Amino acid sequence: MDKFDRLTAVAAPLLRDNIDTDAIIPSREMKSVSKRGLADGLFAGWRYQAIGGRDPSADFILNDPAYAQAQILLTGTNFGCGSSREHAAWALVEYGFRAIIAPSFNPIFRSNCVNNGIVPVELDAAAIAALAEQAGAAPVTVDLEQCLVSSPAGSWSFAMDGEARQMLLNGMDAIELTLSRKGAIEAFRTADAAARPWIYL
Amino acid sequence: MGSSIFEKIWRAHHIDAIDADTDLILVDRVLLHERTGGVALKSLAEAGRSVLAPRQTFVTMDHVVDTRPGRTDDTIMPTGKAFITATREAAQAAGLTLFDLGDPAQGIVHVISPEMAIVLPGATLVCPDSHTCSQGALGALAWGIGSTAAEHALASSTLRVKRPKTMRITIDGTLVPGVTAKDLALHLIARFGSSGGAGHIVEYAGEAVSALDVEARLTLCNMATEFAAFTAIIAPDEKVFAYLKGRRFAPSGPDWDRAVAAWANLRSDDDAVFDTEHQVDAAEVAPMVTWGISPQQAVSLDGSVPSFDAVAARDPRELYDRALAYMDVAAGTSLVGLPIGAAFIGSCTNSRLSDLRRAAAILKGRKVAASVKAICVPGSTRVKAAAEAEGLDKIFTDAGFEWRESGCSMCFFSGGESFGYRQRVISSTNRNFESRQGPETRSHLASPETVAASAIAGMIADPRTLA
Repeated sequence: MDKFDRLTAVAAPLLRDNIDTDAIIPSREMKSVSKRGLADGLFAGWRYQAIGGRDPSADFILNDPAYAQAQILLTGTNFGCGSSREHAAWALVEYGFRAIIAPSFNPIFRSNCVNNGIVPVELDAAAIAALAEQAGAAPVTVDLEQCLVSSPAGSWSFAMDGEARQMLLNGMDAIELTLSRKGAIEAFRTADAAARPWIYL
Repeated sequence: MGSSIFEKIWRAHHIDAIDADTDLILVDRVLLHERTGGVALKSLAEAGRSVLAPRQTFVTMDHVVDTRPGRTDDTIMPTGKAFITATREAAQAAGLTLFDLGDPAQGIVHVISPEMAIVLPGATLVCPDSHTCSQGALGALAWGIGSTAAEHALASSTLRVKRPKTMRITIDGTLVPGVTAKDLALHLIARFGSSGGAGHIVEYAGEAVSALDVEARLTLCNMATEFAAFTAIIAPDEKVFAYLKGRRFAPSGPDWDRAVAAWANLRSDDDAVFDTEHQVDAAEVAPMVTWGISPQQAVSLDGSVPSFDAVAARDPRELYDRALAYMDVAAGTSLVGLPIGAAFIGSCTNSRLSDLRRAAAILKGRKVAASVKAICVPGSTRVKAAAEAEGLDKIFTDAGFEWRESGCSMCFFSGGESFGYRQRVISSTNRNFESRQGPETRSHLASPETVAASAIAGMIADPRTLA
């Protein structure tokens, strides 16, 4: 996973609440048992004129040449709600997004972002509206070291729990970190098997 | 200060603290399906890792499998077969228990897990599927995760989890006859909003919840994810213990007695403190139906599409307008009477035997309107067999419903079967998102009773007028 410390990039405003993972990557676009090959299906229902087609819809933000290089997404409340499909995060990262700024995230989607090097930044809707206002004119900076978002529109600090921040800053593999505690896990399971034998089939 | 049921389970699974917010939590059960589980198993193997507790890991085929009679590995979805075969091979290579096509134990993961007592009170259970929250109905801490987190759980029998805040929703009083757990779930989402549970583990409590049977509790907990909750849980009681006893993976003999003694302590102490508390009067809950493109856009069945002003506190103008245009409804349109082209009974929300019985009671001796394509998909092969043993299949087919093999089916559109372009569907499922059930389909979520009554009428209808 790529490390993330600071990114200055074009931010695309997609200011809709409750964007669900079916909208981010429709099930019909998840064609292979793979984490790759998903970027073309990103936001397919809105991005293309017809279901299954690839003719771009002129009015969708990512089809606007001004946002072609967007790496930051500005969006609405409860982003990533619905299905747990990690394909949503895989599609976003493959397309090129490294940070998403929303008032709130669905919890499973938020974890999927952290596990794939996408920074889920929570800012209030007013700050996001201000960023969106300027988005066509100037890039946005997401600084994970300082937990700060800035653009000519202003700057806002955000909160992130230590675990997620460390994972993203260092591009760490959580599985590797946890497996380094294998001894403690095994000891816990052994004691637990005596207390709750019905769990250990 | 006492503890909530969540805090008791969390403590019992707490291996270590990672930092101030995050703990390393023991995972007792991992469930996988072919849609998101196959990729997790494949990625795990590619990383040279193995499943730490294969006997505590279960795999089923439910998401993209065909549900037409006589099914094989071939699917209507163009590449579905690859998901099925890859998952089968990976599960077999890892030595996991697989409920494959043709196995009498196959079915939707959240239906078969309770059926076989894979989920148990006080256990932690994860699955790369958002509706894993359903299984909190049995007093387990069960939550949905992504595929990478599933790899983590498979490799280590643990997850690194940020401690959620606690919420209790107490539902006092009694549900009015004809009002179901599905209506209650939609009522709560409409009332508190689709991010109303964000950051919280939600405990459902109170007289109306205790009165629900286990299958209805599964329906209630199923939709906690539509509420953005970490998950939901209900304190296990005698109904749960009686439900589980004797099932395939339930403890037996002295272990059963020991387990029940431990489970009896799994309730929130009287002096437990929650970060958020809500009270709901069960008598205020009516049969519900959604009108828009988010589960929060639901109203009582005898109501109409709200004006913007009525929902402005929660639905921004953009969402409200998009919902009206997409669903082809207007403010003031009454829901009852909207013509439908399709009716669907199934999904992890409402496909259990009790759901099918209640729908059959409406359908018996009646016919589905000629204009309606009506489909019933039992939640598991076991549910299907039990329904057939009591003749429910005949009631469904006599009425004009298709009677299918079990699976997730047309709860979502994966490129295969769908209800058709812009078709209006009344559905016992959980998501009315844009194009969820097919290209630009217009989904209205409701109880199985309401789906059955609407299928007969050819338009959205109130089942209480037929009962």
